[in-house]
Amino acid sequence: MSHTAFISIGDLRRGRPALGDAAPAGAGGCSSSGGAGKSSCGSSAGPEDMPAEIWDKVKNHPCYSEEAHHHFARMHVAVAPACNIQCHYCNRKYDCSNESRPGVVSQKLTPEQAVKKVLAVASAIPQMTVLGIAGPGDSLANPKKTFETMRLLQQHAPDIKLCLSTNGLALPDWVDEIVKYNVDHVTITINMVDPAVGEKIYPWIFHDHRRITGLEAARILHERQMLGLEMLTARGVLTKINSVLIPGVNDEHLIEVNRAVKARGAFLHNIMPLISEPEHGTFYGLTGQRGPTAQELKAVQDACAGGANLMRHCRQCRADAVGMLGEDRSDEFTLEKIEDLAVVYDLDKRRAYQQQVELQRQAQHQAKVDALAEAFDAGLADDGLKVLVAVASESQGLVNQHFGHATEFQIYEVGAGAATFVGHRRVDLYCQGGYGEDEQLPSIVQALADCHAVLVAKIGACPRDELKAAGIEPVDRYAHEFIEKAALAWFADYRERIASGAVVHQPRGDARIRQGAFTGTAAA
Amino acid sequence: MALKIIASMCSGCSACEAECPNNAIREKGGTFIIDPAKCTECEGHFDAPQCIAVCPVDNCIKKV
Repeated sequence: MSHTAFISIGDLRRGRPALGDAAPAGAGGCSSSGGAGKSSCGSSAGPEDMPAEIWDKVKNHPCYSEEAHHHFARMHVAVAPACNIQCHYCNRKYDCSNESRPGVVSQKLTPEQAVKKVLAVASAIPQMTVLGIAGPGDSLANPKKTFETMRLLQQHAPDIKLCLSTNGLALPDWVDEIVKYNVDHVTITINMVDPAVGEKIYPWIFHDHRRITGLEAARILHERQMLGLEMLTARGVLTKINSVLIPGVNDEHLIEVNRAVKARGAFLHNIMPLISEPEHGTFYGLTGQRGPTAQELKAVQDACAGGANLMRHCRQCRADAVGMLGEDRSDEFTLEKIEDLAVVYDLDKRRAYQQQVELQRQAQHQAKVDALAEAFDAGLADDGLKVLVAVASESQGLVNQHFGHATEFQIYEVGAGAATFVGHRRVDLYCQGGYGEDEQLPSIVQALADCHAVLVAKIGACPRDELKAAGIEPVDRYAHEFIEKAALAWFADYRERIASGAVVHQPRGDARIRQGAFTGTAAA
Repeated sequence: MALKIIASMCSGCSACEAECPNNAIREKGGTFIIDPAKCTECEGHFDAPQCIAVCPVDNCIKKV
């Protein structure tokens, strides 16, 4: 397979207009960045640019609000194994329990088993506010199982928000049911709005009792996706669009996708990297289709910024994931283990706990605002310099993790007066690994190769030297400070050092997105 | 006139089960089997056998 049309990051940055046109009605939305300049979902009262009822829907949803994911958890129940389309990036046949990617589950559930699991998890994890049905196939190719699960959950756990994920092919047929079961959020995976692009991603669809291939298949899928999205928008259901960035196939095309879904009222757009390791056994994996680099992903995300809110904190979780984003506790809640759990679904207790979390969140948000106000240096002229910094953080928006304990780093883009969250980089090991700790460091350096500094709570002498040798500055003097404040302080210092001639600013290279698996439960 | 699922190739996705107009498909040990007494290869219902059309694995379902 040849891929000659790789995205040119420079071209994207130079040539593309901001996609601010065609703003949808009623889809204001919060920035997923949490950065300065645009109101984020971090405000306890709700951002000014969003109607209160929409804020109410997203404020505790870890996928819809970057800020909420530090406080609230979600779970997926794997009741929907069947699928009505084939995607070249998907393979549901193999499962490694350490593997974290969409389509992978350890155990398929009946709706009754799923509800039992939800109740068990909700009693053990009171901050679990959202239940999603995300496969391992397509939730709407399994409508009986999906909606029976929703119906039972409304009976037994009425406080839990429901969402589902679909490829959109069957969506127009089920919009009324989605509304009937009070599903708050729907995610549609849309990788193209041009059937000629779709033909390269979808070998076939099953529609109207026929298996359809080629251009016709992609055309039908596209039309059904757009129709379904419009119908959901018209009924006030919040939608998130997932797009898989496939270099050479739909990379630049995703800018058109962004425009098209925004025009139809999509609330959030999540552009995520293709996962295509050969051992996953997907068509793309076996034919050598590569995933994007970190900078290619960022270039497309940045080119789409300016209108539809971009989700940057997606962890591409399993179809049976449990817990906070970025951690997977599904192993603790297998059916066998649930049998032994005493399930007491105490709604009042859950509400009380969540109120407590909300109070902490407000206090933390206020502290951050205060800290930022202090750090903002109005006198700093904007010379256009922007650099990436990586941050080791385990909680509360603070630089508070030891370098050696980090399984992922948060990446911030820092310039004059603004530190903006742009994503995260996983640095965990492959499950088929055989890597020891000594071999881990080069992989961390590869994952952070486009960053100028790493902010940590603490770091040992050995990794410090290796990072320095790779041109990345290890920084531990802002331990336990708020991330944005620390990043701005480091940046001001960095600029002073450039001005004084102590350092010469060098642009950094590209970084590798780590594919594969979590090796254990990550810290939240 | 009946179809058979090659068990070693079946991924257990259950896509075929819901599509069969004769309710001839059921789960057995994590994969699916077709009851030959009920299977009509969808004749009289659809242009093509639905289980083959929806199965994600090529050549997993064959005529016996």
